Amino acid sequence: MYRYDEFDDAFVRTRVAQFRGQVERRLSGALTEDEFKPLRLQNGLYLQLHAYMLRVAIPYGTLSSTQMQQLAMIAERWDRGFGHFTTRQNIQFNWPKLQDVPEILEALADVQMHAIQTSGNCIRNVTADHFAGAAADEIEDPRPTAELIRQWSSDHPEFAFLPRKFKIAVTGSPNDRAVTKAHDIGLRMVRDANGAPGYEVIVGGGLGRTPMIGKVIRGFLPKSDLLPYLEAIVRVYNLYGRRDNKYKARIKILVHEEGLEKIRAQVEAEFEQQMALSGGPLVAPDPAQVARIEAYFAAPELPERPAHSQNLSELLSLRPNLAAWVQTNTSDHRQPGYRIVTVTLKSIGEVPGDASASQMRVLADLAARYSLDELRISHEQNVILPHVAQDDLPAVFDTLRAAGLAEANAGLISDIIACPGMDYCALATARSIPIAQDIAKRFAEPARAREIGKMQVKISGCINACGHHHVGHVGILGLDKAGKENYQITLGGDATETLAVGERAGRGLDAEEVGPAMERLMDAYLRLRLSADETFLQAYRRLGAAPFKGAIYEEENADAA
Amino acid sequence: MAKPYLPKVVTANDLLRGDVIWLDAQGGWVRSLAEAAVFDTPQTAEAALKSAAAQVDKVVGAYLADIRLVGGEPEPVHFREEMRVRGAFANLDLTP
Repeated sequence: MYRYDEFDDAFVRTRVAQFRGQVERRLSGALTEDEFKPLRLQNGLYLQLHAYMLRVAIPYGTLSSTQMQQLAMIAERWDRGFGHFTTRQNIQFNWPKLQDVPEILEALADVQMHAIQTSGNCIRNVTADHFAGAAADEIEDPRPTAELIRQWSSDHPEFAFLPRKFKIAVTGSPNDRAVTKAHDIGLRMVRDANGAPGYEVIVGGGLGRTPMIGKVIRGFLPKSDLLPYLEAIVRVYNLYGRRDNKYKARIKILVHEEGLEKIRAQVEAEFEQQMALSGGPLVAPDPAQVARIEAYFAAPELPERPAHSQNLSELLSLRPNLAAWVQTNTSDHRQPGYRIVTVTLKSIGEVPGDASASQMRVLADLAARYSLDELRISHEQNVILPHVAQDDLPAVFDTLRAAGLAEANAGLISDIIACPGMDYCALATARSIPIAQDIAKRFAEPARAREIGKMQVKISGCINACGHHHVGHVGILGLDKAGKENYQITLGGDATETLAVGERAGRGLDAEEVGPAMERLMDAYLRLRLSADETFLQAYRRLGAAPFKGAIYEEENADAA
Repeated sequence: MAKPYLPKVVTANDLLRGDVIWLDAQGGWVRSLAEAAVFDTPQTAEAALKSAAAQVDKVVGAYLADIRLVGGEPEPVHFREEMRVRGAFANLDLTP
């Protein structure tokens, strides 16, 4: 894992000290709220419906055990004993008091964490594949790239006041688990014909009120050219992105309105100009610095183990609950004898993404004992133990089960993404959490959930789409319809490398209609699929929307007949 | 026909704690909607809001919220305000 150098530490500590002074001045009356608000937002502090909310960055979703322990401590000491992991690989504390926030930031700095640039119109926390450095299908670990971008974009003077927020995601695998095509910039690590490493650069993707699928602006960018090229893209956006209308200010709108070819020409011209500077581009990183970053992410030296664990196989035949969990919640590791464990924060009836302080400590302890001290936070609001020996899976499962964290539902219908919605969020137009809880309860029976198979339900409590509803196989968008919560259903979304935006099914549903509609929809899918191997998405693409819409609105169709 | 004027309360978030507060009849802040001052004309409501918003050392984001009186007690009109009254996890139980 990356470790702060003296500059990093000094930078974060200085920001904490600055914010401490800003809070003091706000409380003394020296700063008005209008003056203070942008300062607190630059440090990740929002004011939500019921309280302040502090959004803490977890760069590219990677955490150490020590950091997770510290998050648990913060949750207990200054919050209400839990935290909420988000779709941007951040953690949010929902109940801090203003005067405590500098102390919290100091505690974060103690473990090399911060909340800088988790808000505001700047380059936000860089996200990455949560299986980075462990996945069997990985070409290259994306985290050195993400860390390089983090260093380049942190406190970047030119990009502190962009037209709108700016999000970058990186994947090192052809199977995209980082939703790169729905980001302002998505980077896919690839190799050229000669095997040299580089990136496919995708630009102008995004969700929100105007979902757009990112477009390839450069098919192959040599690795060494990354920062000058990113600088060129963001500079072009900063110059030409719309500032007259915040709803049209994201780069996706610029690319859409101007056209990819024009933006590409502008970016390439800017890039060429930088590369032509005498002495090279200003933002080209020192190779020694790049090597230092890469060394922190060197592949771990895991002890060799047999590919097949006899001990585990015997236990799996005797313990069906363990077998179900291993089947759904573990993934192929690049080294034989190991698995990647997904701990879903989706126990039936619980709040998606929430973890109590005691659960965080359990996860930290498990990482320390069984996963080389590493954890990952996924954009699916789950926690990953990336390097677990197959022989250790029973012990990990038993510990998780005792902590209420062993739900065998990764990738299944109850593994729901849900934004905080109107239970917390000042921007929300409806609640998300109770809808997620209701659906999870309806499909709590493990056999039924497994029969349905891979199913991504994603719920947002407003058009801003923090719950990624556009790219859910089933997306649910909560709106305010004449003073009542109302939910639009979208079908056929896809969050992977074949990214697709779901199609709206029809009229919005009242809250109490959503669960029954989901049951009818899943029953229809089971009835219509060619075999158990045909996923919902495949069936939807084969049959089109009509039979699925028919299932959602079955009752009114029957009434009309 | 013009809609009838709905009574108003002044609500905001507390500067230190960030929690939901309402203006009371004495010009102080309370944490129960039942204790909030109710303004039934636009003039009194706007005047109360203006004085409340001036308390910048105590509150953030003061605004007027519609209420209805039920048995003499103020109740929120919009579900967003209901959420602010009831707090997070005032669960909507959808279990059939």
